[in-house]
Amino acid sequence: MCLAIPGKIVEITGDETHSALVDVVGVRRRVDLGLLQDDPPKPGDWVLIHVGFAMSKISEKDALDQMRTLEMLGEAEAALQEVRGYGLEDIEKGLVN
Amino acid sequence: MKYVDEFRNPELISKTAEEIRRLVDPQRHYRIMEVCGGHTHAIYRFGLKDILPANIDLIHGPGCPVCVLPMGRIDDGLSIAAKSDVIFAAFGDMMRVPGTQGSPLEHKARGLDIRIVYSPTDAIKLARTNPDKHVMFFAIGFETTAPSTALTLMRAKAEGLKNFSVFCNHVTIIPAIRAILDSPDMRLDGFIGPGHCSTVIGCRPYEWIAKNEAKPIVVCGFEPLDLLQSIVMLLRQMRNGEAKVENQYKRVVPWEGNGAALRAMGEVFQLRPYFEWRGLGFISQSALRIRDTYADWDAEQRFSIPGIRVTDPKAAQCGEVLKGVLKPAQCKLFGRECTPENPVGALMVSTEGSCAAYYNYEHRKGNLVSLTATA
Repeated sequence: MCLAIPGKIVEITGDETHSALVDVVGVRRRVDLGLLQDDPPKPGDWVLIHVGFAMSKISEKDALDQMRTLEMLGEAEAALQEVRGYGLEDIEKGLVN
Repeated sequence: MKYVDEFRNPELISKTAEEIRRLVDPQRHYRIMEVCGGHTHAIYRFGLKDILPANIDLIHGPGCPVCVLPMGRIDDGLSIAAKSDVIFAAFGDMMRVPGTQGSPLEHKARGLDIRIVYSPTDAIKLARTNPDKHVMFFAIGFETTAPSTALTLMRAKAEGLKNFSVFCNHVTIIPAIRAILDSPDMRLDGFIGPGHCSTVIGCRPYEWIAKNEAKPIVVCGFEPLDLLQSIVMLLRQMRNGEAKVENQYKRVVPWEGNGAALRAMGEVFQLRPYFEWRGLGFISQSALRIRDTYADWDAEQRFSIPGIRVTDPKAAQCGEVLKGVLKPAQCKLFGRECTPENPVGALMVSTEGSCAAYYNYEHRKGNLVSLTATA
């Protein structure tokens, strides 16, 4: 439930400034940046993502450690499934339930 | 043992475990509560209690939002889903949680329009793409998740989205800790503080635990080393007769929390006078409701809710387990009537519930990741 998933900001689009494209182990999805408006991330920054919202900025090292933590907890696949489901894209394609 | 070589710093884990053994007073029994369900899961998965001295007891706290949600709230939410033009959207964690007439998934099989979303903003997307339907998002979670729901409601209001509402079940962690400390059969020596919840609220809200209750609390990350280091920090405080709030998870948790997240919660939510917690009963000011300024997007104000109350089966001893009075396996139903496949009580429902974690990693002796080879 309180899964936090590390992702790297790929691009922040002009028309929807409160959202960014992030990369999570090769899966690219849009996440909401509204919770980081006091200290907005830039492309290349790493963030922790929870239910489609970037909730904190972290270092690259801590991001990689966090991904490993998820693997150790046996939750890496659930995390990727969550990210794939953002935007309903893979849900609509029937790839996740 | 298959993950052993993946652990970061096995020497450091070994040294930290040694430090714990050095710090414990063999004459003393330590009862430390990990508040967060994510920590409970990690403790069982990594078999941490195997490398802790026998006189350190880890008590599993109330921080699993799925587990503490009363069954009546699921029934209430599903009663809205039963209306002909409603799409019920919820996180995947909710789908298997039983109501009295079955889980959301079972209701889906009976023909209700029930969808999994992975983000509350996707429930908004569903509302936009289904203008002839009403999309109700069934919101659960502690302060980790509540800000995301708040921002989603702010976006829905700004957009003037008419066919969207939230059925709010967000709860707050501090009153639950207070209720546990106030419980007469409870004796605790310290707390492992929640990690991601603290990203939002910061460390300051825990200060009363140290000041007024004289208990140490250490905000903690989710790796085995984080948990062991936090236990070292707690033991050091106990040995020195101190009670402080410390932050072991500085790489993620700022002391002051996340201002933007707290502002969004303040804009959209207010405290309920009281709310029922499964296993703990009614706790005052322990949950969030949607403010009247957002009434149009509040499912409880838009729809008439039956307000169903369901008492847990008397034989299920969730309350005692939740307060650490009983170990999961000491409950009369554990592993017999109550299993993860067929949960009777709250703590068997989610993988972060202490009974489900205990069942999956200890009782079945499956999936267990042991640190003993390295520690």
